[in-house]
Amino acid sequence: MKKDKLKVDPIKNGTVIDHITAGKALQVAEILNISSSETEVMVGINLFSQKMGKKDIIKIENREITQEEANSIALISPTASLIFINDYEVVKKYTVEIPQEIKRHIICPNTNCITNVEGVKTKFTLAGKSPIEVKCSYCEKKYSIEEVKFRF
Amino acid sequence: MELLDLATRIESRNIVPDMRGKLAALLFFEPSTRTHFSFDTAVKRLGGNSLTMTGTGNTSAQKGETLSDTLKTISQYADLIVMRHVVEGAARFASEILDIPVVNAGDGTNQHPSQAMLDLYSIQKTQGKLENLTVGMVGDLRLGRTVHSLAQALSDFNPKFYFASPGHLQMPRYIKDELRQKGIIFEEIQDIKPVMPELDIMYVTRIQKERFAVLEDYLKLKDSYIITKKFLKNVKSNFKMMHPLPRVNEITKEVDDTPYAYYFQQAKNGVFMRQAIITKLLKLNW
Repeated sequence: MKKDKLKVDPIKNGTVIDHITAGKALQVAEILNISSSETEVMVGINLFSQKMGKKDIIKIENREITQEEANSIALISPTASLIFINDYEVVKKYTVEIPQEIKRHIICPNTNCITNVEGVKTKFTLAGKSPIEVKCSYCEKKYSIEEVKFRF
Repeated sequence: MELLDLATRIESRNIVPDMRGKLAALLFFEPSTRTHFSFDTAVKRLGGNSLTMTGTGNTSAQKGETLSDTLKTISQYADLIVMRHVVEGAARFASEILDIPVVNAGDGTNQHPSQAMLDLYSIQKTQGKLENLTVGMVGDLRLGRTVHSLAQALSDFNPKFYFASPGHLQMPRYIKDELRQKGIIFEEIQDIKPVMPELDIMYVTRIQKERFAVLEDYLKLKDSYIITKKFLKNVKSNFKMMHPLPRVNEITKEVDDTPYAYYFQQAKNGVFMRQAIITKLLKLNW
């Protein structure tokens, strides 16, 4: 096998999520609920990247990731970019953006927060970009992105 | 500022808002004496009526009713809800699901905004201004919600803060981050005595026994700060000592007789401020 050969095959239709922070691909897959879907998925972890040194990559057949889903990825991998493929051609590209307000997807770690006690849908605001921090709109506690869990 | 102005006018009897025919539901899911009585007094001084619930013992909550259902039901009877709840964010949630105004009278260790407003009112009354004051906060700054709300409220007026707290009871990171973002100068110290001559206000809080899971942890910290008359030797003439009450032993009784003790007047100011809050929320005529 040639050294420069692609380690994962190209996809015909679907989404490529490139430049994922190395080691975060499985978490991204979890956020997108890929493992329980029936589409073909290729995951590359710790691949060489000229730009980042190391990166992860996910290729998903026959699924177009929505803007909202993509922005949720930004919380754990702000460098990720999305490439949409149609019949092996790139039709659209964009870089994820961290949303100012994140509804539902973050579980508040504070067990005494109303969102955990009364089953209220969570609402977080972006409190810092570097490092990424989020603040619960109900209990007003602030957390680093590593401290929170996601629900999709 | 509108609330401060309203409270001033209510205290001086410049205006007499009329709450007759209106009902406030005072829902204290977590027990409280002072805040409860203060709101109840405010309602009655405005000529209104109140429904009161303390704890969850006699309510449907004990039968398994959700908070949401309890609140929606009570909101059918009352014009205003004042609530204290042990769960953080409970009052904000209530304000989102109800059509009537909700006042947060304390939610867990999070916020106690009406206390912050009465504290601002007390500071303005004693200092003649809110801007550029040096404020020392002493005691349990982590679990004591009054200091969180007050630090946030004062941060719009360019204060300088000294935070003195024992062990792990320091001001929470999110409050300190907010202060840093606003460019507010603050210092975390162990000993409050050396900075006493600088202070305009000293805000003392109780080490709250009920918020400790292990009694021994409380016993270790409970006597960390005891303010005696000796602390007051070199204070400024405008210096005032505040406390949200109840106190245990963090301010000795001898301090009560000095011109610097302001905590009982502070409690009285609470009624005027709560009258102002109710007046504004219910758009009362005067």
